[in-house]
Amino acid sequence: MSEQKNGEVRIGVYVCHCGANIADTVDVKAVAEYAATLPGVVVARDYKYMCSDPGQELVQEDIRNLSLNRVVVAACSPSLHENTFRGAAERAGLNPFFVQMVNIREHDSWVHSDREAATEKAKDLVRAAVRRVYFHKPLEKRRVPIHSEVLVVGGGIAGIHAALTVANSGKKVYLVEREPTIGGHMAQYDKTFPTLDCAACILTPKMSAVKAHPNITLWTYSEVVSVDGSVGDYKVVVKRKPRYVREDLCVGCLQCIDTCVFKEPKFDDEFNMGLSKRKPIYIPFPQATPKVVVIDPESCIQLKTGKCKKSCLEACVERGAIDFDQKETYEEIHVGSIIIATGFQTFDPRRMPQYGYGKYPNVYTTLEVERLVNASGPTGGQVVTRDGRVPKSVGIILCVGSRDENTNRWCSRVCCMTSLKLAHLIKEHTGAEVFIFYIDMRAAGKGYEEFYQRVLNEGVHFVRGRVAEITDWALDPSEEGKLVARVEDTNTGFVRRIPLDMVVLAVGLEPQPDALNVQRLFGIGCSMDGFFLEKHPKLAPAPTYTDGIFIAGVCHGPKDIPDTVMQAGYAAAEAIALADTGYFELEPNTAYIVEEECSGCKSCIPLCPYQAISFNEEKKKAFINEVLCKGCGTCVAACPSGSIKQNLFEDEEIFSEIEGVLAYAQ
Amino acid sequence: MPDKPKIAFYWCASCGGCEESIVDLAEDILEVAQAVDIVFWPVAMDFKRKDVEAMPDGSILATMVNGSIRTSEQEEMAYLLRRKSQILIAYGSCAHTGGVPSLANQFSREQILRYVYEDAPTVVNEQRVRPQPRHQHNGTAVSLPEFRGLVRSLDQVVEVDYYLPGCPPTPKLLKQAVLTLLSGNLPPKGTVLAPDTALCDQCPRKETKPTDLKINEFKRPHWTQIDPNTCFLAQGIICMGPATRSGCEAQCISGNMPCTGCFGPTSRVRDQGAKILSSLASSVNAREPEDIEKILDGIVDPVGTFYRYSLAKSLLRAKVTR
Amino acid sequence: MEDKPVATDKLSTSRDWEPLIVAFFCNWCTYTAADLAGVSRMGYDPNVRVIRVMCSGRVDPQFVLDAFAHGADGVLIGGCHPGDCHYVEGNYKALRRYLLLKRLLRELGIEEGRLRLEWIAASEGEKVSKTINEMVEQVRALGPLRLTRKFKEWDAELAALEAEAQSEEVAAHA
Repeated sequence: MSEQKNGEVRIGVYVCHCGANIADTVDVKAVAEYAATLPGVVVARDYKYMCSDPGQELVQEDIRNLSLNRVVVAACSPSLHENTFRGAAERAGLNPFFVQMVNIREHDSWVHSDREAATEKAKDLVRAAVRRVYFHKPLEKRRVPIHSEVLVVGGGIAGIHAALTVANSGKKVYLVEREPTIGGHMAQYDKTFPTLDCAACILTPKMSAVKAHPNITLWTYSEVVSVDGSVGDYKVVVKRKPRYVREDLCVGCLQCIDTCVFKEPKFDDEFNMGLSKRKPIYIPFPQATPKVVVIDPESCIQLKTGKCKKSCLEACVERGAIDFDQKETYEEIHVGSIIIATGFQTFDPRRMPQYGYGKYPNVYTTLEVERLVNASGPTGGQVVTRDGRVPKSVGIILCVGSRDENTNRWCSRVCCMTSLKLAHLIKEHTGAEVFIFYIDMRAAGKGYEEFYQRVLNEGVHFVRGRVAEITDWALDPSEEGKLVARVEDTNTGFVRRIPLDMVVLAVGLEPQPDALNVQRLFGIGCSMDGFFLEKHPKLAPAPTYTDGIFIAGVCHGPKDIPDTVMQAGYAAAEAIALADTGYFELEPNTAYIVEEECSGCKSCIPLCPYQAISFNEEKKKAFINEVLCKGCGTCVAACPSGSIKQNLFEDEEIFSEIEGVLAYAQ
Repeated sequence: MPDKPKIAFYWCASCGGCEESIVDLAEDILEVAQAVDIVFWPVAMDFKRKDVEAMPDGSILATMVNGSIRTSEQEEMAYLLRRKSQILIAYGSCAHTGGVPSLANQFSREQILRYVYEDAPTVVNEQRVRPQPRHQHNGTAVSLPEFRGLVRSLDQVVEVDYYLPGCPPTPKLLKQAVLTLLSGNLPPKGTVLAPDTALCDQCPRKETKPTDLKINEFKRPHWTQIDPNTCFLAQGIICMGPATRSGCEAQCISGNMPCTGCFGPTSRVRDQGAKILSSLASSVNAREPEDIEKILDGIVDPVGTFYRYSLAKSLLRAKVTR
Repeated sequence: MEDKPVATDKLSTSRDWEPLIVAFFCNWCTYTAADLAGVSRMGYDPNVRVIRVMCSGRVDPQFVLDAFAHGADGVLIGGCHPGDCHYVEGNYKALRRYLLLKRLLRELGIEEGRLRLEWIAASEGEKVSKTINEMVEQVRALGPLRLTRKFKEWDAELAALEAEAQSEEVAAHA
């Protein structure tokens, strides 16, 4: 039987070998032969690479020559090639939604080793699809218009570069940064590897460019609090925290800081990793952008107690920029796409107490040493220990919080090069003996290996071995007053004790502590390690599974500055391309109510999270606004009288799949 | 003048309510009686099985069978009437979807027989005698129909042409059905002769159903004072109306009782119970499993509530391990 | 359903009983996780047949019952973790239906372990393989449900009479 409402059903079934990927585990010939026996199947073929041009051509020729009106392709996951084969069908004049993919690679050949069982599974799945396509209908893709505005979340180098790229293409950009200034981690670095150009020198012009760009709206000290809508029109609410200084009036003269009732800076300076102090009214660092002071409500006497003589106000009396009554405000914006560049946090080495961080004052993290070697840092570029000595020996321990079953399993990718750079700088600043304790040196990157060789030649000692502990327990006079690294030097096979004045822990990179909240806020995925999930690890490493949302920088996984900039540019290019196309095609998998079937029971109305269903008081029936419908099908499953249908996922389509996979159990 | 069309009525496992509903045609029954010859109607007329057997096959225009099928005798009659009739109509919930008797599909034959003949508190049966299909009495062989392991709807035994739903169907639907049959303008085979929308469509309380229903508690009708003007679901009382075909003129609702589902599902639904379950559960106002469970505790008998009339025709048909 | 394809498409190979599980995976989390399990070659038992839906909220309890009625020994529903649903809260609807459906199934004699709802994020390929293996084991221990066979057994009592009726009919027409 092949007659039905839609006319005669003529199905073509195509079973892909995917080279050996499928054919090694699934007997593709047997599957195709089996498919040929199924009702309605006019032709069934197997082919080496269905997705290749000749493979697609095969489908198109059959559609034309054999008047096929249904196509079943058993190959990889629909997320990979569904669009490929829909396109092929369309080019041959067949509505693309008459195509059904069968996933016999990811869901079959790649996860099973028993050839017979895998082949049977493939047959079951093909049979289900063959039955399913009977019920397919011609559908049209829906187009939604794209707002050209782009939101960039995070003002580190990734966000800065993405924002500038999009803005330079003529689109409006909102750049939202949670800290009082943009710049991110890169602003804290002294020099950058392997070229040793100063980070500030290359970053600050870009920061200024952001501030000055007519297409960029920069909101620092601000956070995204809600995201609604979908690709093309995301409604985003941004909370702007009060800095108690009016951004439009402050000129960055910094006189208020001088006149603060705190004569001396007293509070840990976040930018310098607590290695120096700041006042309650401060600017994070001299090149902060925007150059607007901020008042810390945690330490400001006026904000805490209301009983300060407010000398800062006097200093700013003319401009009147200081405003203790400032409240947080909310901005609502509509953007077509979003680039998330929320960065990372460094590993907290207190989690590895054997290295004595927090216990021994002269154990530092790499980020702290970045500030120490920096000319505008807390010591004016003097590398001195916390007790004021110039170290004669310094040890840098790699893979702290990386490549470690007990903490983080991933390689943080930047620590080897950062450590080489710091070894070079410390040597340059102090002439100290520098030891690098490593597992492997990873110096893959343009000019990286060369830099490694250079540091080797400079006389830095490389000890291959994981440091067991840092201790201040001296065993002989040479260790007196020093820290001692106990380490097995696996190159020589000896356990060594190396006395050091300063220990630097090359801490790994981790997702931000609130990455999970960000992930939920934007409705994107997270991989198991907590970094945001890209759409495809090779071919789409900036888009996410949520259309119109892209990721860039270390929030996606550890990477260095060049890789970050590349990904940010790529994300920006995707956002620009989307905006320039002007529309986005959506799957036509929306739900609709058959009016004469609906009883008006209203059961579906409260179930829609998008308020797409309303009650028509005149007709006493429910109605779905297809523009608002996102196609989840929740209302369809809940409609007690079966009067709501979902395109592409109609009841009959799913029932036929269920019964198709189970047919052999009859 | 040609013969009047022949009509038959028969009852299987039923309560007699369907027969009553035919009498409920009141004076209209005269109109029907004038238009047709009733050739077989055990409850009202004295024809025997052998009379039916003697009729030529297909000589009855339409037979309306009510009641579900539990015994071999009922099966035999179903086969017989199928053969003799051009059109076979499942009349009432029991024939249509199994009806209340099919709730017995939650129990095995052994459980039922033991309870009815031994364990029921009103039974005195010290010898534990049970009826047997064949028995010698004073040298004469007597027989009883086989008691089957399962209650079935009529169409699970023989092919059925049309269905008249309801427990019982309304006289109005019956009259319409008879007129349709006589008109010769027959709907497609398999049609349920009632509107294909859910009851809410005709419900007098439709206006009072909120568009933001959230269920915080399930109440049984006898636990509460029922507001006679407000949607039952809005009062937390399970009403099968949204999942039940209309055509009953909302009689239960008018009597201030919720719909219990006797008209069966609409044509788009394969399992009435699953559908109302889906709809009600979706509206439960809780997110944590334990909070959800607390609310669900208010549904004391899910099978009896969701499949009161349709267990035999549900996807699982019965308790699968009886 | 006259226009449904007839079931002439049975497999010729006979298979000994092996648990057969129908899985409904949501497109965004669990289906993607199953793809990831594939890409990462995280092997699992071949007894599962995945049907893709956009959201676990699309899983109609009828689908579950239909799968059982057509011979599934177990049904697995996979959705996004609470709070992570691509469609905001379809997974909560799935959870509520699942909890009520479990109560119903218990009454209808289908063991607890035959229906499972699991939250599996797109990144949790390992969890796909673990969940499937666990469930296959559990269902294997429960033994076959195979309602298709049960239905045939139940209806054997009808078949006898039908055969008799048929022969009578033949006799009557002879």
